Amino acid sequence: MNERPTFLLDGVEVSFEPGQTVMQAALAAGRYIPHLCYHPEFRPHGSCKVCTAKVNGRMMAACTTPAEAATEVESDTEELNELRRTLVQMLFAEGNHFCPSCEKSGNCILQALGYDLGVMTAGFRHLFPDRPVDASHPEILLDFNRCILCELCVRAAREVDGKHVFSLAGRGLGKHLIVNAESGRLVDTDVKVTDKAVEVCPVGVILRKRVGFATPIGERRFDATPISAQALVDAPRPLEKHHD
Amino acid sequence: MVSRDPQGAVWPGRGEDPPAVASRAVMTETIPELEPRVRRIVARWNHDPTGLVQILREVQEEFGCVPRPAAALVARFLRIPYSRVTGVASFYSFLAIEPRGEYRILFSDNITDRMAGSERLMDVLCHRLWVEPGKVSEDGLVSVERTSCTGLCDQGPALLVNGRAIPALTDERIERIGDLVLARTPLPEWPAGLFTVADNVRRSDILLGHGLAPGDAIRAALQRGARGWSEHAANERSWREAYVGAAQGPIATLEEVKRSNLRGRGGAGFTTGVKWEACRHATGLERYIVCNADEGEPGTFKDRVLLTSHADLLFDGMTVAAYAIGASRGFLYLRGEYRYLLDHLEDVLERRRAANLLGSGICGQPGFDFDVRIHVGAGSYVCGEESALIESLEGKRGVPRNRPPYPVTNGYRQQPTIVNNVETLCAAALIAVHGGDWYRGIGTLKSSGTKILSVAGDVERPGLYEYPFGVTIRQVLEDCGARNTQAVQVSGPSGICIDATEFDRRIAFEDLPTAGAFTVFDAGRDMFEVARNYAHFFAHESCGFCTPCRVGTSMLVAAMDKIHAGNGTQHELREINRLNRVLLMSAHCGLGHTACNPILDTLKRFRPAYERKLRSLDFTPAFDVDGALGRARQMTGRDDADAHLEAQT
Repeated sequence: MNERPTFLLDGVEVSFEPGQTVMQAALAAGRYIPHLCYHPEFRPHGSCKVCTAKVNGRMMAACTTPAEAATEVESDTEELNELRRTLVQMLFAEGNHFCPSCEKSGNCILQALGYDLGVMTAGFRHLFPDRPVDASHPEILLDFNRCILCELCVRAAREVDGKHVFSLAGRGLGKHLIVNAESGRLVDTDVKVTDKAVEVCPVGVILRKRVGFATPIGERRFDATPISAQALVDAPRPLEKHHD
Repeated sequence: MVSRDPQGAVWPGRGEDPPAVASRAVMTETIPELEPRVRRIVARWNHDPTGLVQILREVQEEFGCVPRPAAALVARFLRIPYSRVTGVASFYSFLAIEPRGEYRILFSDNITDRMAGSERLMDVLCHRLWVEPGKVSEDGLVSVERTSCTGLCDQGPALLVNGRAIPALTDERIERIGDLVLARTPLPEWPAGLFTVADNVRRSDILLGHGLAPGDAIRAALQRGARGWSEHAANERSWREAYVGAAQGPIATLEEVKRSNLRGRGGAGFTTGVKWEACRHATGLERYIVCNADEGEPGTFKDRVLLTSHADLLFDGMTVAAYAIGASRGFLYLRGEYRYLLDHLEDVLERRRAANLLGSGICGQPGFDFDVRIHVGAGSYVCGEESALIESLEGKRGVPRNRPPYPVTNGYRQQPTIVNNVETLCAAALIAVHGGDWYRGIGTLKSSGTKILSVAGDVERPGLYEYPFGVTIRQVLEDCGARNTQAVQVSGPSGICIDATEFDRRIAFEDLPTAGAFTVFDAGRDMFEVARNYAHFFAHESCGFCTPCRVGTSMLVAAMDKIHAGNGTQHELREINRLNRVLLMSAHCGLGHTACNPILDTLKRFRPAYERKLRSLDFTPAFDVDGALGRARQMTGRDDADAHLEAQT
């Protein structure tokens, strides 16, 4: 039986399957690297940069960097956690995030990450962008104010639902989510409330109507378990040993 | 409410979402023959979605913008989602979904344009045309905006009108332009003198003074293969496979390029021969040569001159590269600001096809097939990054890819691709003729050959200066007639800003590497304002993919603007440091990594320029309560003491 290759994550050996990224290997091994735009079910694209880690001294996004044998990866360091706090602060300052009135509070990955990393303030001047909501669809509400441009809905629609519902438009700070309809309204797309793209939003942009606050705040996912623990529960199970 | 165009296509939702500009000249319902015109454009690009950026550019040239119904037709004809079309259209700053003026005037906004008075001239023109910057005039006739550096820094201030460059703006020329617009004179009838762009070559060396005829480099490369192998030169299947002898030409050419130690002229300085060899050895169905003529770094304009006056040398270089790595297709990615060179370049390509320097069996060598297609950019600096450029070539938003894999193995259409700078490919043509040893004998140990500098700013003789590598900054300053120089921005805002204590440093990869920009500032210039202009540039050009660059570059702008407005404190300097750290650590590509360079460099060398603008307080809010009343004062026509908050306290 061949030994699986390994790399060092914060000084501890992590074994991996060739082809896995640093993130995939870490999660499978029960090790958490903070992340936002990464989702185990979709192709990683590495835009949020929250998972930035030092791979052999170079800053890399853990979610897109292929794991390589005998490399040294640093993740849980003060330098990197400070970077992550700043990135989360930037996202809070970029959009309009009002946690106390948000339906997603307690289930929101941005909020949970903020708590877990110890983000106490927004840290930057809020940009307060003007982002109208789209309530055109009878079953789905789009509140773009909370969008962090992770593209999970874009990827989920394309990779799982097999359709084009969401796209990105604009560039720089003007980058924003659009829907695939000439009218620009969700009701004119072929989205279904059962789509993966609707379920996957990590923040409170894509919300199902008429089911809000079914679970009281205080009893939600990240109210009970911090995201660093919850992400490991949600991670794909480690590969069976006999697979070797 | 539902409306119909003449072809009967239905555009739903108009009633709920009226276009913001109902009275504009370009009304989408009234565009005659919309569908056949769009169909013709899409057909010209073979109904291929990889041509999307080109299709949208041509739609824009035809209609003045990319009207939504046209975008919908493009989506339908290409069988791609409508949101992909608008997603791409909204990425490039030259493409507009909302109508712009019939005359769309874009003022180049590099720091050199500002130093030459572009802001005042823009004011003058706006007054004359009665239009606000960034908006369209009431009658839809004209819009005036700013755009990133247009590559005419040696003859600024400059502007683009409907894509055509007008350099050397003066009050007189601005008045002329105003008259022509107001008289609605069609652009082709404008006096040709307005559009004359000078080469301004001030110092030539081996490249700018090459003296070669079209095809010389290709014939030399073929000759290398033939030496001692002439009996095997012909190869009926492919010139890069089969007979051992036939393969010697490409290998011999590659060896010369490797021996020359030529390094990429785009700034990063990767060894060209190594790149070519990696591509040659990569497995793929087809290989591609891409010439990066997306010269977007503010302050550089050397490629403009090479494309204008040495296009044959460039295409020779591309063809030699194709020969060396075994490519049969190439692209020239021309920056949108140089759209006015397109016809000229197409003519050169046509002439070369006729002379058997392009096409099949080039120079009589069976199987040596290669041709070049030109793609024109549409206003995006980040597309100068090679993987973003490839995305744009594939008709997508110009977002840099995750690397690895690199373009040499997974480039255009995931095939092995080399992306080389214009100047690099020109140098490769020289090497094909004169050999690698000759080339390596010029310059320094680690930087062989020459470098063309685009000299602009506070100098007597701006223009192109070609030097062997190793030349000192002082020498360049002397040659171009710079006096009382305070600082030089080497390689543009993504490069380095140096002060007078460093003028003995040398242009070379081992000291000051450069993509070519050389912008000079005399003692009268405020280096804080230079850095602020560059900060705005990076924020404008950020693709928005990654958090640190998308948000960070804008926050840098906010901090710099706050200091500029006189509300800056130590707090802003701390915030700038913090943002710089985040950009350096985690940005997705070079744009983000270098976006803080101008500020870091000027803070280090010209800190007083910042500090004299700071308030001594630890923090001042950016929100100015009295300033916020300005609009109310304007509306009520009051400006007395009681209309000011501060007067009362």
